[in-house]
Amino acid sequence: MEIVEFESFWNIPYKHSAGKHASKFFHALKEKKILGVKCPKCNRVLVPPRAFCERCFVECNDWVELKDEGVVETLSVTYVKFTGLPDPPYAVGVVKLDGADTGFLAYLGGIDLKDWKKVHEKFKPGTRVKAVWKDRPEGKITDILYFKPVEL
Amino acid sequence: MRRVAIVGVGQTKFRTRREDKTHPELAFEAVKKTLEHSGLNINDIEAVVYGSMDPFDGIYRPELWDSTSSGIFKPHMKISTGGTTGLTTALAAYEHVASGLFDVVLAIAVQRVGECADAQSVLNTAVDPIYERHSGVGAIHVASFQATRYMHEFKATEEDIAWVSVKDHKNALKNPYAHIKMDVTVEDVLKSPVICSPLKLLECCPRSDGAAAAIFASEEVAKKIRDNPAWILGEVTISDNYYIGDRPNLAVWDSLALAGRRLYRAVGIDDPKKDIDVAELYSAFSIQEILELEALGFAKPGEGKDYAKNGITFPDGDIPTNPSGGVLCTNPIGASGLIRIIEASLQVMGEASNQVENARVALAHAWGGTLQFHTLFMVSSSKKFGR
Repeated sequence: MEIVEFESFWNIPYKHSAGKHASKFFHALKEKKILGVKCPKCNRVLVPPRAFCERCFVECNDWVELKDEGVVETLSVTYVKFTGLPDPPYAVGVVKLDGADTGFLAYLGGIDLKDWKKVHEKFKPGTRVKAVWKDRPEGKITDILYFKPVEL
Repeated sequence: MRRVAIVGVGQTKFRTRREDKTHPELAFEAVKKTLEHSGLNINDIEAVVYGSMDPFDGIYRPELWDSTSSGIFKPHMKISTGGTTGLTTALAAYEHVASGLFDVVLAIAVQRVGECADAQSVLNTAVDPIYERHSGVGAIHVASFQATRYMHEFKATEEDIAWVSVKDHKNALKNPYAHIKMDVTVEDVLKSPVICSPLKLLECCPRSDGAAAAIFASEEVAKKIRDNPAWILGEVTISDNYYIGDRPNLAVWDSLALAGRRLYRAVGIDDPKKDIDVAELYSAFSIQEILELEALGFAKPGEGKDYAKNGITFPDGDIPTNPSGGVLCTNPIGASGLIRIIEASLQVMGEASNQVENARVALAHAWGGTLQFHTLFMVSSSKKFGR
């Protein structure tokens, strides 16, 4: 007997509030600035900025501007198409911006992504990278198109 | 807290699609097998803890559909904590009994990842919607981040990591419930397509449909049910930072190391390498077993990469790891944690399909979120730890 199947979809629009801290971060992106917060207790600079430090359990309201340069901590290049996710290949990494104590999840680019071993060599952990910005930033996380090796 | 044992376990067969059954029919299959294994009947079950993650299955609160498969008119609680769901479901069931509130409690976890077009699109919605979701990152990406960083810090090769996959696939061949059943060589693993670099297809878990269940009983009741129960020696669960970039070093799983130390201290384990006979770890991706072995004290930092290659983690090695074939070969995500403690229990009961010789103490582990949560359990053939 053939089993009968029913197709179903979850396609429900939501609007997530970014809150005041992230909103300030997104407004600063329009001026090609990356902001973080400094924890008043442990002095860690947290990027992306958030309203409180979970280690010290205190509120963070001291703002710090960071350079749009840093070092690659780790990376991966995706070669398959996942439903609803970006078209492959795309390279994503964790970049520790100069002066920050946390890593920043970002696209890596500016080089050919076909051969993952070459990409891993170009962006190996410790590689210095710099942000490549959209010409006209709109205050979105995607205003930073990707980070490319500083040497390029 | 009262002493508690696992007195019955059961699993369905897992594959990508179990189109032969509906959600509650799969749950019923697992519960029926569990009752048969324990010799109990459904009226002996005093309360039910149910685990699943709704969006993989596209059903909001599948426990509404499935609850009848555990009988009716019973206390019923749902647990959903990411990849740890199955093991946290076990933890809640354990605490129901340990607290003295109930004597016999059923833990059941059901997941149909195969009915979803793509698990990674669901996993991406678990990532921070404000700063991180746009990056197209899901569970596989964070595991790839771990692999890249680990290879960099400890000079691990692709071949080292591929050996974990070879071992798990060989083990799954002996497990009647396992999803992926194929014998693979290191060359096969290395030649399989790169999904998220450096991880290849044969180093990544499948999407599985199926269910698993276990019955927890108080000491007095457990002794009457069977002469080889799996006694719970300890359990622990832990959270970590939220943002992926907040972890100081992705080559080291420090929250798991902390959870492991807490568990070992509670149980009285001095040297996990000597004191634990077998481990069922949540390694959805080959690299993760290596990080887990190091975090849990089975290997020094950088040493874990040599274990599978040198046979140490094979069933006849010094540290048998995932003799069931593990999550790498079977991943009904919300049920996978419960399967870890089921397989660990079968080992100390002496009833496992890929039995490790003289297994007396077994460790079960699950991780969830974007590497954010862990749950651990220690089970034993003895009521107390001691050599």
